[in-house]
Amino acid sequence: MLRFILSRLVQIAITFFLFLTVVFLLFQAMPGDYTKQFIMNPKIPPEARKALQERLGLTGSVWDQYIHYVRNVFTGNLGVSFQHYPREVWDIIKERLPRTAVLFLVAELVAFALGYPLGKYIAWRRGRTSDYVVTVTGILFYTIFTPLLAIILLFVFSNALGWFRSGGFLTPSLWLRPPVQPQTVFLLLTATVLGLLGLWSGSFFLTKRIGHPRPRAWTRRGLVLFGVILATWAWWSSGLGPYVWDIVWHMFLPVLAVTLISFGGTMLLMRDSMLEVIREDYITTAKAKGLPDKVVRDKHAARTALLPTVTNFTIGLGFIVSGGIVTETMFSWKGMGLTYLEAVLQQDFPLAMGCLTFTGILVLLLHLVVDVLYALLDPRISY
Amino acid sequence: MTTQVGTRFEPLWKIRLRLFLKSFQKNWALFWESRIGPIGLGIILVFVLMMIAHPILMATVWEPRVYDPIMGFDPTLLGKHPAPPSRAHPLGTDPIGRDILSQLMWSTRSEFALGVTSALITVVIGTLIGAICAYFGGVVDAIFMRIADLVMLFPFIALLMVLRSVVHLDLLRLALVMGILSGFGGITITLKAQALTVKVKPYIEAAKVAGGSAFHIIRRHIIPNIMPLSFLYMMFNVTGAVFTEAVLSYFGLLDIRMSWGIMIHTAASAGYLGAFSQYWWLWAPPGAAITLLCFAFYLVGRGLDTVVNPRLRKR
Repeated sequence: MLRFILSRLVQIAITFFLFLTVVFLLFQAMPGDYTKQFIMNPKIPPEARKALQERLGLTGSVWDQYIHYVRNVFTGNLGVSFQHYPREVWDIIKERLPRTAVLFLVAELVAFALGYPLGKYIAWRRGRTSDYVVTVTGILFYTIFTPLLAIILLFVFSNALGWFRSGGFLTPSLWLRPPVQPQTVFLLLTATVLGLLGLWSGSFFLTKRIGHPRPRAWTRRGLVLFGVILATWAWWSSGLGPYVWDIVWHMFLPVLAVTLISFGGTMLLMRDSMLEVIREDYITTAKAKGLPDKVVRDKHAARTALLPTVTNFTIGLGFIVSGGIVTETMFSWKGMGLTYLEAVLQQDFPLAMGCLTFTGILVLLLHLVVDVLYALLDPRISY
Repeated sequence: MTTQVGTRFEPLWKIRLRLFLKSFQKNWALFWESRIGPIGLGIILVFVLMMIAHPILMATVWEPRVYDPIMGFDPTLLGKHPAPPSRAHPLGTDPIGRDILSQLMWSTRSEFALGVTSALITVVIGTLIGAICAYFGGVVDAIFMRIADLVMLFPFIALLMVLRSVVHLDLLRLALVMGILSGFGGITITLKAQALTVKVKPYIEAAKVAGGSAFHIIRRHIIPNIMPLSFLYMMFNVTGAVFTEAVLSYFGLLDIRMSWGIMIHTAASAGYLGAFSQYWWLWAPPGAAITLLCFAFYLVGRGLDTVVNPRLRKR
């Protein structure tokens, strides 16, 4: 398994350098020198411009600039944003990257939790009416024009029902005199989400010793429930409860939108891969042994069908990120996507370049996680 | 006595035509059985009819000065734009007094042109590279696979947003850029996998033994056998291209005079999106049109999937 992961790591490193090169060339192809942007802005003195040029190595040859750029990416020295002068680009990215990461993580997990069982179910009932209805609904959400979906969601949940806020990251009136910065609260929230996720995946290993499947499942659920209760209690007793709830409340609609867009993809992949598995001989054998349908479907077919679904998931990552830019813009969720769009529209190239680079890094990290997951799931990969 | 009638061979094209018709009938039956494919085809036909109807309507019923999708203006409703749906304007008018239905129908043509052009380019490149990678393997394969990884990693819309400051993206250029870029993307991996299963077939060996060159084998044996799958991916690529164009126009990033995305952009930039249901005719028709066209091509793709991939059939 280690060898598999190592070889994937090497491949990902190569892709990463290619990616950096392409981003660099793309911005190199821009007409003119981008430090000349915002030349009319009185807040940016010429000395600062000069300093920025030196810092990003823009005075040297193209090759020098490239070396500078790669080094800067690794040291986080990405220059100063014109738009938010004099804020550091790295500072902005540090703030916005967790927001995007959490939004996607939660949405993708929910989408998977929805798409996996649905795909399994409709593959088993292929050709029936429920199969057609669910498939067509899934495709509709998969191909819907994202701004339209956002408008409809905003109209229904925010305008007509009034359940959720129409956008933004937090309610300003609540945060007039906060005990801690919103960013700290959000990072703590991120840590909570990751911790719960870790507990959930760790529970599989913790309960490995329990022989019988039913008590094993119950112990697992109990562990996760315990984690959720503990986290809720910790938040509430710390007095930050209303604040974190405010952020979660704002996050709800964007998460719903990304979930709706992406569950169809997982579902259709699962359906197709399940239909291929169902034809295998061992499924017939399992049925002939007299095993209940549910066991054959869940234990024999779905476990195998999961593997191609996980691999194919990586193919859709770029698409999901593109959808994320639109979703973040529509719900004014200040993540990487919205920051990137604003930077591009304002021609704030240091920020745009930084955003693009780090979005790429995020996607590559996800690739790696999926690869590790694949290695864990596939019994054939165990050296 | 008996007159010698020379054995009359049927011309080759007739045999080919008959074979083609036969397989077409069989595949059409499978396509029809998938049930979702024909729905998609139906929706596409409706859009085609809309596309055809627009110039006819402009020539007969609609006054060009009022109904022109870009320059039109209805002076009778002066000061009341955007006007709600009425007899004269079945889908209302936009904030600067142009007829929504006319814009909607006129844009259909460019959406089709964009989607089909870009998908064709993608499929031609993808098929060629897939076949070449499968046949030669080795370094060529490794290089193109890394490129495919890279293209898949790149958030497409983000890339085009930067690219628009380097080149002016009009409809044709956008189609070219999208077509070429996604031609090097994930499609090569899938088509390569398919070509690999073809490559090990005995007839390839036979062709090699008979002295067929690499070019000949790829052209006459591998590509025809992966064509059905390429055709299938073309449908999915049309969806992708139309969607990307719509998103970019919605953000106002393209040099296009009129498209469904720009219609929503016009409504949004004039501030009519905030009122939601009050000005629904500004965003609902173009939004629905984009969704339906993407949806339709995806459905056709899924329908073709059951034809190409026997494992997905009912039995």
